[in-house]
Amino acid sequence: MYPRWLWSGFSLPGVVWLILLFLVPFYAVIGVAFGSVDPLLQTPVPAWNPATWNTGWITQVLQEMAPGGVYWDPVRRTIYYVAISLGLCLLIGYPVAYYIARHAGRTKTLLLVLLIIPFWISYLMRMLAWVNLLEPTGYATRFLDFTGVSDLAVRSGLLLNPQSWLGGASITVVLALVYGYIPYLILPLYAALDRIDRSHLEAARDLGASPFRTFLHVTLPLSKTGILGGCVLIALPMFGDYYTPDVISGAPSTTMIGNQIDLYFHGGPQPTKGAAITVVLSLFLLIVMGYYMWTIHRATREASRA
Amino acid sequence: MTTSAASARTTQEFTLWQRIWGWITNPWGKPRFLPVITWLYMAWAIVPVLIAIQFSFNATRSRTNWAGFSTRWYWGDPNDSVWHDPALRHALQQSLKLAVLDMVFAVPIGVLLAIGLARWRGRGSGASNFLMLFPLVTPEIVSGVALFLVFTHIYTVITTSTFAQVLGHVTFTISYVVVIVRGRLFSIGWQYEEAAADLGAGPFTALRLVLFPLLVPAIIASAAIAFAISIDDFVISQYLSCGAQCDTVPIIIYSSTRAAPLPSTNAIASIMVAFTLLAVVLGYVFFRIFTRGEVREGGISGDMSRFEI
Repeated sequence: MYPRWLWSGFSLPGVVWLILLFLVPFYAVIGVAFGSVDPLLQTPVPAWNPATWNTGWITQVLQEMAPGGVYWDPVRRTIYYVAISLGLCLLIGYPVAYYIARHAGRTKTLLLVLLIIPFWISYLMRMLAWVNLLEPTGYATRFLDFTGVSDLAVRSGLLLNPQSWLGGASITVVLALVYGYIPYLILPLYAALDRIDRSHLEAARDLGASPFRTFLHVTLPLSKTGILGGCVLIALPMFGDYYTPDVISGAPSTTMIGNQIDLYFHGGPQPTKGAAITVVLSLFLLIVMGYYMWTIHRATREASRA
Repeated sequence: MTTSAASARTTQEFTLWQRIWGWITNPWGKPRFLPVITWLYMAWAIVPVLIAIQFSFNATRSRTNWAGFSTRWYWGDPNDSVWHDPALRHALQQSLKLAVLDMVFAVPIGVLLAIGLARWRGRGSGASNFLMLFPLVTPEIVSGVALFLVFTHIYTVITTSTFAQVLGHVTFTISYVVVIVRGRLFSIGWQYEEAAADLGAGPFTALRLVLFPLLVPAIIASAAIAFAISIDDFVISQYLSCGAQCDTVPIIIYSSTRAAPLPSTNAIASIMVAFTLLAVVLGYVFFRIFTRGEVREGGISGDMSRFEI
């Protein structure tokens, strides 16, 4: 009933927009990263033609990111922070998603609304809230002092002194990352757990499995895609995060790879080097992204077929 | 005597402790530790923000010691309040301007793209679908750097400016609009338009009188989301910023938190929260009005998850 050109015509403005403002900018990063630097002005001279590419910057950055290089510390720290934050997010997020999907009963609607509220509050506002709380006289610092948590953290070497939560401690940055990104994990987890057909659980119980074994052998495997999807969804932006450590610590002891990139674009002298790190980071994330997009693609194809 | 009193007390405490522990770990009841974790999580997620909002009403310059209620940081203070500090006032205007412009451009382009991608079966449709998903999963610093370099090296006419900020915001908002509208398209299916065609409607009549009204709820939801995403955005705005004239509220929060924030930072952040919640509540109310009478699968949770992503 519709003319054949209509749908591609509908897509045209959006596709052109994304090509001009998403693909071309990516090529600009590559051009700058493989370009050279003006010897006098120290400004980047991009190389648009792949035949004239200069791979010097990329190889230099790769060497510096390897163990022993100047960026090794930020790289290692980024990997640690993301891994620990992901683990904590799952540890807290899974039970919450599970409870809301399974047992919340009449409070389900209320809990879902509460779950979504953090999405509508600016990320930096949520960080600002913690900056207020963790100042030496802030409510959280006083509470942590009172309960002895600060003391414990100091004694286990995670904190310099009980008042220095904002003084460049890794533990604060990790907890801030967890706080910032966990809502984006819980929602896909909830969706995955909510989709599980209850008859599977009943079947497992009827066949004599204990609640624990039912969870282990039915619920957990069925929520695997949700877990993976949610983890990728929060790991990607975490790898590129620079504002969380900036706001919550600001010390060189907590710089992540994103801070290193940001440094070269805000105040640093060499955007070329920043572009080269961006290319390396993107290549690494592309592998993760490729996997994730493949899963979404498959899911939407199934949805459109159904 | 004393020993028996002490032992009586320990038994009593032990039983109380045992009762709490028994309630939490009771294997026959619902798993009790789950609600405890869930409600603690909810408190942890929301209470800090409420405290930040509380301190935006503080009467002194402190953000840690409560000294009584005042609206000083909103308009009372002649120098540092949101209303009187030109930097804060300008940032508020800039944020709202970007959010409205973002909505105006991203929603129509995104809606058309969603319809097109859902129905276009031809050369290039697979690649376009793939391209549309990319902005959703690219870390913001990567898109920020990319847009910064493209505006300083290729589209040098635009350079970094408010216009560039709008273009940047629209670029990554389009995909969210597409995802929301496409979900609705899948649930509508073809049958209403086929019925319209059987009754003699031409293609454009069917689009205008059948498909478009059915998409209105999704369009409203996506407009609210576009607004919220733009207001919330920090990285893209910062990378395409032209200096003080381009500062948005998140940029102000970022830079003042790193220096010495006043409660006016909390005040401007609270105002943004109010704007976002207003947009979301309005969007949700309209969404419910336009979907009245529809059988909803999954009740409010179905709506909510569609409303989010």
